[in-house]
Amino acid sequence: MPETDQNSIDRHRNVKLQCRNVWKVYGPRPDYYFDAKGYRIEPELLAARLTAEGHLPALIDASFDVHEGEIFVIMGLSGSGKSTLVRCLSRLIDANHGTIQLDGQDLLAATPRELIEIRRHKMGMVFQSFGLLPHLTVLENTAFPLKLQGMGLAEREARAREMIRLVGLDGREASYPSQLSGGQQQRVGIARSLAVGPDLWFLDEPFSALDPLIRRQMQDEFLRLQDQLKKTIVFITHDIMEACRLADRIALMRNGRIIQIGTPAEILLSPADEYVAEFTAEVALARVIRAGDLAVAAPMSEATAEISADQPLEALMSKIGAGHRHFRVLPAGRYPGGYVAADRILAVLGHEAATLAEVG
Amino acid sequence: MASPLFRWLLLFLFCLALVLASPFLPWLAAFPQGWTLPLADVLNTWALPVFDILQGPGRALAAGLDLPLRGLRAALEWLPWPALAGIVVLLALRASGWQLAVVAIIAQAGIVAGGYWPQAMNTLAIVLMSLPPAVLIGFALGAAAHRWPRIEPATVAALDVMQTLPAFAYLIPLLILFGFGPAPGLVAGVVFAVPPMVRNTILGLARVPAEVVEAAQMCGATSGQLFWLAKVPAARSQLLVGVNQTVMASLSMVIIVAVIGGFNDIGWEVLSAMRGAELGRSLMSGLVIVAMAILLDRITLGFASPGRTTILGQKKFRIAFGAFVIAGVVTRLILPEVTFLPDALGRNLARSIDATLMDFVVATGPFFAALRDGLNYGLMLPLRIGLLGAATPTVWGFTLMPWMIAAYAIVFAGGAFILWRRTPTLAIAILFVGLALATGITRFPWPGVVAMALVAAWASGGPRLFAMTSGALGLIIFGGLWAAFTQSAYLTALAVVLCVLIGGALGLLAAENDRASAILRPINDALQTMPQFVFLIPALMLFRVGEFTALIAIMLYAIVPPMRYVEHGLRNVSPALVEAAVQMGATRSQLLWQVKLPLARPVIRLGINQTIMAAISMLVIAALVGTRDLGQQVFIALGKADLGLGLVAGFAIALLALIADRLLRD
Ligand SMILES: Nc1ncnc2c1ncn2[C@@H]1O[C@H](COP(=O)(O)OP(=O)(O)OP(=O)(O)O)[C@@H](O)[C@H]1O
Ligand SMILES: [Mg+2]
Repeated sequence: MPETDQNSIDRHRNVKLQCRNVWKVYGPRPDYYFDAKGYRIEPELLAARLTAEGHLPALIDASFDVHEGEIFVIMGLSGSGKSTLVRCLSRLIDANHGTIQLDGQDLLAATPRELIEIRRHKMGMVFQSFGLLPHLTVLENTAFPLKLQGMGLAEREARAREMIRLVGLDGREASYPSQLSGGQQQRVGIARSLAVGPDLWFLDEPFSALDPLIRRQMQDEFLRLQDQLKKTIVFITHDIMEACRLADRIALMRNGRIIQIGTPAEILLSPADEYVAEFTAEVALARVIRAGDLAVAAPMSEATAEISADQPLEALMSKIGAGHRHFRVLPAGRYPGGYVAADRILAVLGHEAATLAEVG
Repeated sequence: MASPLFRWLLLFLFCLALVLASPFLPWLAAFPQGWTLPLADVLNTWALPVFDILQGPGRALAAGLDLPLRGLRAALEWLPWPALAGIVVLLALRASGWQLAVVAIIAQAGIVAGGYWPQAMNTLAIVLMSLPPAVLIGFALGAAAHRWPRIEPATVAALDVMQTLPAFAYLIPLLILFGFGPAPGLVAGVVFAVPPMVRNTILGLARVPAEVVEAAQMCGATSGQLFWLAKVPAARSQLLVGVNQTVMASLSMVIIVAVIGGFNDIGWEVLSAMRGAELGRSLMSGLVIVAMAILLDRITLGFASPGRTTILGQKKFRIAFGAFVIAGVVTRLILPEVTFLPDALGRNLARSIDATLMDFVVATGPFFAALRDGLNYGLMLPLRIGLLGAATPTVWGFTLMPWMIAAYAIVFAGGAFILWRRTPTLAIAILFVGLALATGITRFPWPGVVAMALVAAWASGGPRLFAMTSGALGLIIFGGLWAAFTQSAYLTALAVVLCVLIGGALGLLAAENDRASAILRPINDALQTMPQFVFLIPALMLFRVGEFTALIAIMLYAIVPPMRYVEHGLRNVSPALVEAAVQMGATRSQLLWQVKLPLARPVIRLGINQTIMAAISMLVIAALVGTRDLGQQVFIALGKADLGLGLVAGFAIALLALIADRLLRD
């Protein structure tokens, strides 16, 4: 397996979605560059040549795995190719080169008929500007994918009501999208994408159109939902704080390339290059890094306090102030638990102070 | 390659040489008859046999169309008018609200009182009959152009021709195919009403947000589901705007088509009243058309508006609708003979209006005659035959002396010379204007016009526009239509210049003054909803038959775009820029002339473009009140059922409109 996975805690889980060497090029004749079979493409050379010859390589040689039950966040600035990537994964647009496998099935080779079946049962997608059908009510919008499958009225409405309750919109079933606030519209988008019970869930900047307070609230609800549903998720965002809050792993993109993949802590603590470091400099580490991120397996006999692995370092500060120097970390969520020393925590936060001083 | 300025200067010198040479070479001023080709005859000999073969199926189709039309007419005639009127009021209520319902009541009461109810119903029957085919064909074509983007340019080009080709021109082949009767009118209505539906379908489908389409795809929609369950409903309101424009186009056409007669409808009523110089009758029937147009427009627009809140729910509407129908049927069954229509009232009204109007026209006659003659001799004649032609003892009462010509030449040449430094483009324009005013638009040497048109076409549209222009000019010159063409050019140019000046000034006023805007808006709305035909009536009333009357009719129709676009352009200048200018200390007039007008230029230009298109499309209809232009040729061809002449002249007009549009677009 490629090096991207070496440091993953999710290694033991099954791969749900596998993406290898995917390219998407806009321009007059993109396929011309990919039709020769068998020879190895040198990404940087080809990208330079494409640019020189009037093409726009929006996605350059993207490879990664998404594991079952994982929240995989793709993060990058505007125009870095995030939407292009997620549209290739869902086949709303066709990649020019590469392979994409869902549960071992080659998505790029799927016929239109097969693709429709996959979308009807395995995939759900949420859009930045919601994509609700203006002529349908909340209930009808949510039931729309079921209607397309030919499900009977009573059955699909019952299922849609369930989804609407799940996202907390009960009572608004008869409203039209134009009568809802942005946050409410996106709840409908979420309910609709969940109606068919997909295993793989794409969200393209679902909360970017919302104001910060609502966004925060929607993120919490998203985490609550995922706790219940345990979907495999590809989540797009350009907001590093959002990425750190939600992600199991983050893929960082720049100019069509994936430049680093790792857990939020890995990205924050060992950025791959200057660009990433600058990007993450603003993040308050004490809030984002959790005890479990720093825990080591080797037991520390001098541990005097216990703490849950999903607690942020912030929560440890009072205990360190009270004189505790070693902690036992209890397993929580995706963290296996272990032990951590106060020195290590202070070193990490000191590192932050140093970077801040540099930037400032 | 010569610079553009130099090129135009050369062109001017060429034209000047032609003008100077024309007294010695008469073929320069007027294209000699002997040089023309019998294009129309050739067309006739080729096309007529084909039409002979098609005539059988054509007549059969006409008979087939006639049947449902008769049925519809009979139904509308059979139901007592209060039931039908009640249904219209219900529709108005449901589409918009009380205001429109009140308008509907008043309008229909007027139609009944005027005695025009049966004619109005006959017109409505043709419009309603032409609607389903026009909407279906238009929707299918639009959907096809959306599905296969490669055919879209060809579709749009075909639509342009369909809409600019004068109605009378394609009435001729339809007449030959279908014979007299309502069928050709119906088909012409459909042909004319299809383009707006196609355009709105293309626009509506293209405007469906990408995310709506993608969301439906991700829900697993098949391509059929994607189209029918997502795109079409999402484009609903644009599609309904298409239906609205289709109704209006069809109404306008159905009224024009009345010139072929044989159908007791409201268009025929206007036409026969105009021919008989019965002012009251023509005015009243004209008002009936206006009332119908406004009702049809507002009701269909009401249904198209996206955020429509209705005071009449679906259920109540259905019950009330059913009640009116049942009441109507029952009444008719009990009282089979009663029409409920007042018979004497309308005629008496028309007669008294006639008398009053006659008095008014007689009383104001001298004034309007003076106005007409003044403008005729002072403006139109010199424009048409030039100062050289007008300044004669018979027209202006004096002979042109050589010193006058010299003074004239010096004024224009001097003006151009002074302007040359600062704005050379304007200087050259002045030279051309001076030359054209001297010879008159219709007597300008034709090789000069051809050269100018071709150079302009090449410069702004490249080889394609050049080819199109050559084709159009060839058709005109060799088709023997040069004289008619110059008349058209002169009439259009005059109408456009006057419209832009007057309409532009009004638009400017409306942009700067909210009260003026509030007064002008409903006037503009009304002018825009009226079928073109109606504009002839007031012009005819005040000025009698003649070219001046045609000019007034054209202007009434073409004055709306400059008003609309100037106001819109000025009002939509970014407020931030206006604030910045005010902050810099600009006075109100500086703000207008140096900030707003330059910024609004693209919009105003579009308005001028629309003015030209409107004026050209009105040419043919204005021919009814007496002109000598291409429109008149088409009209003559219609009278003689001369397919070839009609097509040549019709296509000449269509091409001119298209070329003018392309030339001014960028
Ligand atoms: N249909 C297209 N044709 C040409 N270029 C395109 C097309 N779609 C996207 N691009 C280009 O591809 C690049 C990546 O676009 P993409 O939409 O994937 O960015 P993004 O990361 O999603 O940005 P945002 O945060 O603004 O949504 C951009 O430079 C964009 O201009
Ligand atoms: Mg995007």
